[in-house]
Amino acid sequence: MQTASSNQNQPRKAALDTLAVAPSRALADLWDRWADKPDYAKVRGPEVGLVMVRGRAGGGGAPFNLGEASVSRASVRIASGQVGHGYCLGRDLAKAEVIAIIDALWQREAAAVEAEIIAPLQELTRVSTLKKQAEAAATKVDFFTMVRGDN
Amino acid sequence: MYVAVKGGEAAISNAHALLADRRRGDRTVPALRLDQIIEQLGLAVDRAMGEGSLYDKELAALALVQARGDLIEAIFLVRAYRTTLPRFGYSRPIETGTMLIERRISATFKDLPGGQVLGPTFDYTHRLLDPSIVDGDVPAPVTRDAEAEPAPRVTDLLGRQGLMEPDGPTDPEREVGDLTREPLEFPLNRDLRLQALARGDEGFLLALGYSTQRGYGRTHPFVGEIRIGEVDVEFEVPELGFAVNLGRIRVTECQMVNQFKGSAKIPPQFTRGYGLVFGQAERKAMAMSLCDRALRAREFGEDIVAPAQDEEFVIAHSDNVQATGFVEHLKLPHYVDFQAELDLIRRMRAEHEGKQEAAE
Repeated sequence: MQTASSNQNQPRKAALDTLAVAPSRALADLWDRWADKPDYAKVRGPEVGLVMVRGRAGGGGAPFNLGEASVSRASVRIASGQVGHGYCLGRDLAKAEVIAIIDALWQREAAAVEAEIIAPLQELTRVSTLKKQAEAAATKVDFFTMVRGDN
Repeated sequence: MYVAVKGGEAAISNAHALLADRRRGDRTVPALRLDQIIEQLGLAVDRAMGEGSLYDKELAALALVQARGDLIEAIFLVRAYRTTLPRFGYSRPIETGTMLIERRISATFKDLPGGQVLGPTFDYTHRLLDPSIVDGDVPAPVTRDAEAEPAPRVTDLLGRQGLMEPDGPTDPEREVGDLTREPLEFPLNRDLRLQALARGDEGFLLALGYSTQRGYGRTHPFVGEIRIGEVDVEFEVPELGFAVNLGRIRVTECQMVNQFKGSAKIPPQFTRGYGLVFGQAERKAMAMSLCDRALRAREFGEDIVAPAQDEEFVIAHSDNVQATGFVEHLKLPHYVDFQAELDLIRRMRAEHEGKQEAAE
């Protein structure tokens, strides 16, 4: 799925993916705990718009337009000069703006952002994914064969 | 003579106040919160999102309350809202093959990689009303630790043996049709049909799908697979120069497997109908896949003999916002049109009387 991303963008993409998937509240809590918040200027937004979500005919064939989703986005420049971009599903301007600030910070001090924000969020997503998988797995059918005792 | 008539402002304003009152109902009953609707009427929310063609649970829940639970009115509200927002672009096609699966069943294969996962289904319930659910006291679901097993799409499994019609080639040059941008012109390509079906009225598509089963354009369907779960929405962000995940959405996919087609060049193989819908919407996805297959009649050289195979009939009437608009406009004042009809019938009756008198 990520064929177009070059390897050098991969860590930044992974951070942005994690931020977008994270629940708003969890992200806000972690951001609250970030001690040294930078001053920033808004470059664009935050604003709400639509992305047309595409599917593929038959699951893997030619693309078609399935329907739109609401999306929030923001771009900011932090005082040290880095420009960050935030995108997430839903009408959540605060989340998009926080993602943009964190993306800018990530370009300045990736290790700290990874340790204090990205890693905890990844763990949260991992746990919630595992929980969903375990709940679904409990509804998986175990077939067994009835052996008739008429030999 | 045409006389313009004005009036009714006070009546309209008071009618809307009365609507607001009836919508709220008994003030001693707590007002509904949107999170209650999202959590406890989730499938109604999903339907408003799917047919409203806008994935946003809060908006769909708000629309449901504002519409007093009238689903088509709610869908209308969602559609109206979407026109107020700018379009950022198009996502990459979602990958249903790597879905975080909540439900996945196949009626054609008992044992398949990933297994039969029932998920939160109404199937096998007794359909007996249960007053005890009103208490709201429900234990946590059972869990089972299991290695996450890949669950490839069933159609890909059979496809490897050449028994199943493949998804077909993708022409990257061809622009994907978008009915929200260009008016429909028949005949349509399959991409536009799928877009229209995905937002089409569930009841209409269900009835048409049912009609194919009853013999009006029979396609001998089997559910190859239904899967429900979450997928990532990847979006190419120009300012970044790469695609990011915007988040996960829940979708329902149905692969309907149908009877054979072959040609001089291609040996007989199963054909397929496809359904893909926002949210958990199994009935809708199944109906969509039946209609998709029926509407491929032209492509397979089948005789078009039934309503479900008639592309213009199906697609031009599947949109419940359009349908309700045209049907409901009939109740708006048609005083002048009707006056003309009255004049006409009076003249006809006068002529009729004249002839009768002449005969006597």
